[in-house]
Amino acid sequence: MNRMDFSLTREQELLKKLARQFAEEELEPVAEEVDREHVFPAENFKKMADIGLTGIGIPKEYGGSGGGTLEKVIAVSEFGKKCMASASILSIHLIAPQAILKYGNEEQKQKYLPRLTKGGELGAFALTEPNAGSDAGAVKTTAILDPKTNEYVLNGTKCFISGGSRAGVLVVFVLTEPKKGLKGMSAIIVERGTPGFSIGKIESKMGIAGSETAELIFEDCRVPVTNLLGKEGKGFKIAMQALDGARIGVGAQAIGISEGAIDLSVKYVNERIQFGKPIANLQGIQWYIADMATKTAAARALVEFAAYLEDAGKPFTKESAMCKLNASENARFVTNLALQIHGGYGYMKDYPLERMYRDAKITEIYEGTSEIHKVVIAREVMKR
Amino acid sequence: MRIYVCVKQVPDTSGKVAVNPDGTLNRASMAAIINPDDMSAIEQALKLKDATGCQVTAVTMGPPPAEGMLREIIAMGADDAVLISAREFGGSDTFATSQIIAAAIHKLGLGKEDMIFCGRQAIDGDTAQVGPQIAEKLNIPQVTYATGIKKSENLVLVKRMLEDGYMMIEVQAPCLITCIKDKTIKPRYMTLNGIMECYSKPLEVLNYEALKDEPLIELDTIGLKGSPTNIFKSFTPPQKGVGIMLQGTDKEKVDDLVDRLQKKHVI
Repeated sequence: MNRMDFSLTREQELLKKLARQFAEEELEPVAEEVDREHVFPAENFKKMADIGLTGIGIPKEYGGSGGGTLEKVIAVSEFGKKCMASASILSIHLIAPQAILKYGNEEQKQKYLPRLTKGGELGAFALTEPNAGSDAGAVKTTAILDPKTNEYVLNGTKCFISGGSRAGVLVVFVLTEPKKGLKGMSAIIVERGTPGFSIGKIESKMGIAGSETAELIFEDCRVPVTNLLGKEGKGFKIAMQALDGARIGVGAQAIGISEGAIDLSVKYVNERIQFGKPIANLQGIQWYIADMATKTAAARALVEFAAYLEDAGKPFTKESAMCKLNASENARFVTNLALQIHGGYGYMKDYPLERMYRDAKITEIYEGTSEIHKVVIAREVMKR
Repeated sequence: MRIYVCVKQVPDTSGKVAVNPDGTLNRASMAAIINPDDMSAIEQALKLKDATGCQVTAVTMGPPPAEGMLREIIAMGADDAVLISAREFGGSDTFATSQIIAAAIHKLGLGKEDMIFCGRQAIDGDTAQVGPQIAEKLNIPQVTYATGIKKSENLVLVKRMLEDGYMMIEVQAPCLITCIKDKTIKPRYMTLNGIMECYSKPLEVLNYEALKDEPLIELDTIGLKGSPTNIFKSFTPPQKGVGIMLQGTDKEKVDDLVDRLQKKHVI
């Protein structure tokens, strides 16, 4: 009876070391600039692909690197410590290849997965629309089959799509049978550069500024019928399942940024002298650090538990929602206290805390708001 | 063609350096890293592998946990690794170490096109002796301080970095080259694919039994007892104080300086 084992495998330990080294050497040095200039760190994304991190969870035969959800959590959380935008980019990129792996046919996997893994192309997941946020079922974009050409004709607008303007391959959620509502929703793979598909507004965001968030416009955009992912009418299910996995990624981002904020705070309280001694000696500060560390350790445990469930093929909808809800609220709590500990310096752009404070907020909003997660959790807990 | 890359796990001296009461480094309390010059040797070997498809074998002498470092090097792209590990080898100085490594490489076989790459020196001992001594024991040519290595057939063109410039040297394989850390050589990262596979790649352990009968080994000159080098004393040198900039005219500054030196009884 010795089954519960929290230790990482030897390979996972090495991945953690790799991700940490990459974050320190490649991500941290540009994190401030990426935020200030609102620029997508394209060069770093290419480097992530070169070392196989954009192919986490995808088997080697499709150009991926193997591993699963726990590997994603390890890499994303290490990135989050140093550059939340980069953690977000990797985490959200992985949704599209995961969905194609799970629901794609062999031809689609052969065609798209190598591009999204070692090929270095970015993936995007396009569900949200101006009037379909938490109410994801209210999608209005249509994809009507033209039987003469065997093509879907897409019309509509998606908004707030992370990486949408940079992605080479996008999984877009559309109504193939608008009259059926939710049951008429399907997932379609759209490639960048397809005629009729254009990029609208690039959003100016509060945080994760390096992750380009775009409006996508489809005007009589024709896509071959072979680009249908899964079956017609299964789009909503595909979207919800993809989001279950994506939420663990957001949980990983949230624990990463929390751990990064704690690291900075621990360093600062030992260096900062007030009243003739380091502020680390003040019990008020110690209590802050203790709260931050305890809540973050608990948040990590829940994120890793959800990852374990997904990797083990067990139901994880509830735990994925719980871990994201908890870790994201904790990220706001921790970055707030970390900034408070840094005082006036924390408020200045010379220190990373004000950026982290802004970056942390998104985790309570995207891939489902905290409120939607409570709906999901309550439904799972209260169902009979 | 096979390249043996000799590597060493060293304490990370960029953090705090801890010394045992007997003067030796307290390795247990310091983080272990791959010696920086050795990383350059690994990268240069892997570059040649990219160009020629040759075999790259990482070699180290150390305690069993050094396997972790060898697995990391495989995850970077090396094909296999050799761990030379035995209690009898413990405490070896550079003379003994180079003898054991040379014997191991002799046992594994050094072909006509093969090469041995080492780091110039390790950051713990800073002797820069092991590489050259391996070459002497194997009776092969050596080139030190390399920042660039090209190979065609049996000829190897090596770019050496010296204090006042570069030197290009042509050398015949088999040979030994010691590599230097340089900003033009950025050691590559492990890859996730490499990580996933590194523990299933071959790693040979050579122990005392495996090497004791090798002709290059003399049993009375290995290990702590057989090592001619003994540490007499080791200490952390006292830190130099902050410098003082003297102000005023030249005469005032000179007067000030003379006054200070007299007070310290220097003059």
